[in-house]
Amino acid sequence: MSSEIKQILTTDGIPLEVSLKKAERKNKIKAFLLVAPLLLFLIITYVFPIGDMLFRSIDDKMVTQMLPKTFKAMENWDGQELPDEEVFAAFHEDFIKLVEDKREGKLSTQLNYTKNGFKSIIKKLRRASKKFEEGNYKEQIMAVHKRWADVEYWRAIQRRAPEFTGQKYLKGMDMYVNEEGKIVSVEEDRRIHRVLWLRTLEIAFFVTVFCFLMAYPIAHLLATLPMKYSNLLMICVLLPFWTSLLVRTASWMILLQQQGIVNDFFVGIGLVADDNRPEMMYNKTGSYVAMTQILLPFMVLPLYSVMKTISPSLMRAGKSLGGTPFVAFWKVYFPLTIPGIGAGCLLVFILAIGYYITPALVGGASGTLISNQIAFHMKSTLDWSFASAMGLMLLSGVLVIYWLYNKIVGIDNIKLG
Amino acid sequence: MASKKDFVKFDKVDKSYDGKVLVVKDLQLDIAEGEFITMLGPSGSGKTTCLMMLAGFETPTNGEIYLDSKAISSIPPHKRGIGMVFQNYALFPHMTVYENLAFPLRVRKIPKDEADKKIDKALSMVSLQGFAARMPGQLSGGQQQRVAVARSLVFDPQLVLMDEPLGALDKNLRESMQYEIKHIHESIGVTVVYVTHDQSEALTMSNRIAVFNDGKVQQLSSPDELYEKPVNSFVAEFIGENNTFGGEVSDISGGKCKVKLANAEILANPISVKGKGERTTVSLRPERALINPSTKMDNLHKGKIEEVIYHGDHTRVRINLLGNPEFILKVPNSSSNLDIKLGNEINIGWNSDDARALDPK
Repeated sequence: MSSEIKQILTTDGIPLEVSLKKAERKNKIKAFLLVAPLLLFLIITYVFPIGDMLFRSIDDKMVTQMLPKTFKAMENWDGQELPDEEVFAAFHEDFIKLVEDKREGKLSTQLNYTKNGFKSIIKKLRRASKKFEEGNYKEQIMAVHKRWADVEYWRAIQRRAPEFTGQKYLKGMDMYVNEEGKIVSVEEDRRIHRVLWLRTLEIAFFVTVFCFLMAYPIAHLLATLPMKYSNLLMICVLLPFWTSLLVRTASWMILLQQQGIVNDFFVGIGLVADDNRPEMMYNKTGSYVAMTQILLPFMVLPLYSVMKTISPSLMRAGKSLGGTPFVAFWKVYFPLTIPGIGAGCLLVFILAIGYYITPALVGGASGTLISNQIAFHMKSTLDWSFASAMGLMLLSGVLVIYWLYNKIVGIDNIKLG
Repeated sequence: MASKKDFVKFDKVDKSYDGKVLVVKDLQLDIAEGEFITMLGPSGSGKTTCLMMLAGFETPTNGEIYLDSKAISSIPPHKRGIGMVFQNYALFPHMTVYENLAFPLRVRKIPKDEADKKIDKALSMVSLQGFAARMPGQLSGGQQQRVAVARSLVFDPQLVLMDEPLGALDKNLRESMQYEIKHIHESIGVTVVYVTHDQSEALTMSNRIAVFNDGKVQQLSSPDELYEKPVNSFVAEFIGENNTFGGEVSDISGGKCKVKLANAEILANPISVKGKGERTTVSLRPERALINPSTKMDNLHKGKIEEVIYHGDHTRVRINLLGNPEFILKVPNSSSNLDIKLGNEINIGWNSDDARALDPK
């Protein structure tokens, strides 16, 4: 009874809620259909590849599928001493099948990722296996090479049993699971990724700082100049933005090389000796200079759009109330530009952290970033799962920064335009 | 109060932005201490420029401005100690009301307890106690306006400048704020220079009004004098409603002049006409002309009612009189039953003293 009283009816006697839904349904469908292409596009080009990348980075089914019987037999093995005949027989069976399919090479590559030394002994095993007699495979296999009699190598095979693995992520941090199953760092002189991560963060951080220091006055000038000058200046800011990235990077190469224009100029004004021209390229300096210039518009534009909205009367008010120009700037103007600073810094930092072409061209050995390493694994070693793992680490790093930023500044404080 | 007659002094001030056009021409203006003076004029008349020069945001191209006998052209704005209320309030949006008011005190290094007292006082002056912790964005337009006024007064400046501070408010709020600002001025006796283009605002609030046009002060006088006795036809036209007759002086004697119109002759009070044959514009306030006057008036003419508009407390009547189809009369809606009907011919009379013969338009 009470619910009937509560229900509001339209003049035609249909419940109001039903009527409202009916009236809005058409609009909702229309709205959905309008965004549907974009949604589809996003799923195909964004959600799907990232999902695939995530899957690839932890996927370790290949070996699992190559050696199904071996792993089944290994379930009863405690891993302390050499496995017994059952495992060897299963391994032999799996291996013969692989040889028939000509896939044993893949197995050796995969196992070599886990432990060095598999490549040659698998090759030997393939040759020897043709003459194997039935029964007592343990003896026969162990006789092929002494490594086959080493329990370490069998443990290495066993480590590949799970379908999913996080070892690519560990490798990205220069760590691995050792024989005892503990996570340890690789030796000092073989750590390459940590250095790259730190360098990536360092370069991204300083590029952001440099961009900020250079963009702030430019944006301020853009926002305060009369229209006819500010338009011209805006074109100067945007022109490089419209030029191909490759062209801009190449022009930095012309400028920065040892016989380049900048060095010529330094020699010309007597700043450096002709026979002692500094290297400004193929090192960090090159990456800093070129990346700062290339990412500058991403800092200028958000700052400009925020500064444009700050009424000039606020600075005047600050001054008329007795603040020196500096106090008026620092207490009034600067705090109001923080949303723009936040947006610009976040944008530049995130772009810089994943930058690829510029450091690859002008960075040399000491100026390359983690993305160059990812590209290297994509193209040269073809270890896609490792490249995916590092890509995802980069992505999660960006998300962490985003989260930190949200905690500290608040994402709703961001203003991109 | 021994007030100074020339507390603020504009001495032969010129201002040009582009070196070609003078925005302010040879401005000579004295403002007495404790006075509420309004600069009134249409946009582009140079009034805001004058205010900005006084505040220090613009430099005079020529001449000098004196504040309390000191030349201030070379003093930067933050050292002038002048309070200012801006057109859009210019409250700092990232600071609370309290912090906004504390800003001028903090930069003057006033101790916190003393500053708090001053802030309390300033907030109570604009009846905004209890709003100290709000952000400006959480306040209504009128409240923001009050905060801006409080902020301009909190550091006890001797001079406060207000640049069209009520422009963004709606009509009712504007009127009540006018009285409020007037009362604040009366209670603390600060000198106020107020800029507006709204004449009723100027008339309500000011001790004196400087009417600006074309970079010059056209007339500087008290509101009543400005309204009753405009010295030129721009002021007559700009302040209040005005009926005009353009003609030529045909006779001038004994403080009166005859002005010949196209097809009639009227008597007027010669203000800026000197002799016979001069062109002139005669200005007459609508309320000075009466329909069927009972007393004797030296101008009495017949006109035809063209339009009658009811305005609540009065009725506006547009009459075609002596070749001027825009002659306006304001008739109070009292009990007297005048025969005001569209198309009627009526007698209209006024005293020649009220008809001011000014410069020709």
